[in-house]
Amino acid sequence: MELREQSIKAVRQQIAAKKISAVELCKAAFARIEKLADLNAFISLTREDALAQAQAIDQAAQSGAELPPLAGTILAVKDNMVMRGVKTTAGSKILYNYIPPYTATAVERLQAAGVIIVGKANCDEFAMGSSNENSAYGIVKNPWDTERVPGGSSGGSAVAVAAGMAMAALGSDTGGSIRQPAGFCGIVGLKPTYGRVSRYGLIAFGSSLDQIGPFANSVEDIAQLMNVMAGRDPLDSTSSEKATDDYVAALDGDVQGLRVGVPKECFGEGLDAEVREKIEASIKKFAELGAEIIEVSLPHSEYAVPVYYLIATAEASSNLARFDGVRYGFRAEEAYTLKDMYNRTRDEGFGAEVKRRIMLGTYALSAGYYDAYYGKAQQVRALIEGDFRNAFDRCDVIVTPVTPTPAFKLGEKTANPLEMYLSDIYTITLNLAGVPGLSMPCGLASNGMPIGIQLISRHFDEARLLKAAHNLEQATGLGFKPRAIEGL
Amino acid sequence: MPITKDDVLKIAELARLELTPEESESFTVQLDAILGYIDKLDELDTREVAPMSHSTTASGDTEYSRRDDVARPSLGQQSAVANAPDSEAGYFKVPKVIGN
Repeated sequence: MELREQSIKAVRQQIAAKKISAVELCKAAFARIEKLADLNAFISLTREDALAQAQAIDQAAQSGAELPPLAGTILAVKDNMVMRGVKTTAGSKILYNYIPPYTATAVERLQAAGVIIVGKANCDEFAMGSSNENSAYGIVKNPWDTERVPGGSSGGSAVAVAAGMAMAALGSDTGGSIRQPAGFCGIVGLKPTYGRVSRYGLIAFGSSLDQIGPFANSVEDIAQLMNVMAGRDPLDSTSSEKATDDYVAALDGDVQGLRVGVPKECFGEGLDAEVREKIEASIKKFAELGAEIIEVSLPHSEYAVPVYYLIATAEASSNLARFDGVRYGFRAEEAYTLKDMYNRTRDEGFGAEVKRRIMLGTYALSAGYYDAYYGKAQQVRALIEGDFRNAFDRCDVIVTPVTPTPAFKLGEKTANPLEMYLSDIYTITLNLAGVPGLSMPCGLASNGMPIGIQLISRHFDEARLLKAAHNLEQATGLGFKPRAIEGL
Repeated sequence: MPITKDDVLKIAELARLELTPEESESFTVQLDAILGYIDKLDELDTREVAPMSHSTTASGDTEYSRRDDVARPSLGQQSAVANAPDSEAGYFKVPKVIGN
């Protein structure tokens, strides 16, 4: 059974009609996971719970009961979301043995809707990274070319879906960590509006930026997942009370008259020629479908990387203060005073990138530098948000590349952190402004790697965003399959 | 102003990180490069710009509320200390606060 060809809706229907069994589907997923273990997409597997859930779904189908909306959907969960009783590491040594006593709301809602969770997906440590080379549990390989990165930080989640080990996955996105790996792996990924999906149970990185979102093989499947995940959660005070839409119903209809904005700043220096060509072809496709193409401007985009790496690191330095060897996780041995224990636990427990960011954030917040760095970054953040507001006065959806190039080689950027940060240039502005963005494949480069396109909408306008993406997907066709694992 | 190794050691102390000598060397070079790039922000005059701390205000979404302040069942002591590297009688146990 080829998971990449199964839609969420079709799987549910086939289980209900007893044409397939959830247990068989679940076993097929684990067989695939074992076969492709070298990709290192998972940190831990939840085989027993998965099979029990599958059996329960099959029993419900046998008894003729109405199946829940996501019955039988094989799901991977990024290992920075807690699940009761299931080891959750956030890709860090400092949480190597952490067994959470509670479950993240987004995960709980999906479980209640019938998903089968097969395991916890590998990720960059505390979601800090753009290549999944920062996990304490090893690098993740791109199924299109195993010499290349899958993207990060939700690299394991993207690979699980792209390589057919799961039908969908949960990721988190603080600066592009869903959209960039989705782009590098040729699948669909959505970062919802800040506040649209509860973050209760997400291990915090940058709290004013973090958002949980789905990966899937199609826009329709993303809409199915959002119908279950979105909405107010009393356990997350930043989750919005704004009414949600029926995202599946919203897919119907064309894009006649839709105003598609193209920001000129995103097509300048540094953009790979093939990426530009594929994005421009997609814009042309929108025009053919009846959309109106409008040039817009996001003039402060060039300042987004410095703003992001001040705000995200400042918030991280505060959020990661809790990892001190007292309440959970790793503790350094042979430390004889409390302070010595804190200092050595954190130095031995965190990896290099996490320490680098804690250092940068601590510096940005320290006495004498706060105004020049953190304060300044917050002001420029307001300018970046204003850019989007102005652009959305003239258009409904904005189109940009996801990344300047397709997936780069493993090890290519690890020596130079700044160069790695610059690969996030098109994605981080959305987190700073809080607007939603979707990444989907729009073609292949001459080296065979997938190229992603990013669609952006106003805050809480996911319905329109998904409709536009669905139209583009229908027009360009699906069927982007990883080359390196063909025939496996 | 370039970042010195002394700056790095001072930040590490604030961040409760005991860096190895190699780490303090490499972080000095890397943080200096990153902060040099961040200085790009000085190109912008932001004297009239109000700082933005959160996108909830930007989205015009005022529909956030706090839950009622009522007592709810909490984790419980056993569960709360279950993940602790060291505990005793339901308390977290740590090395002594004052050294010899």
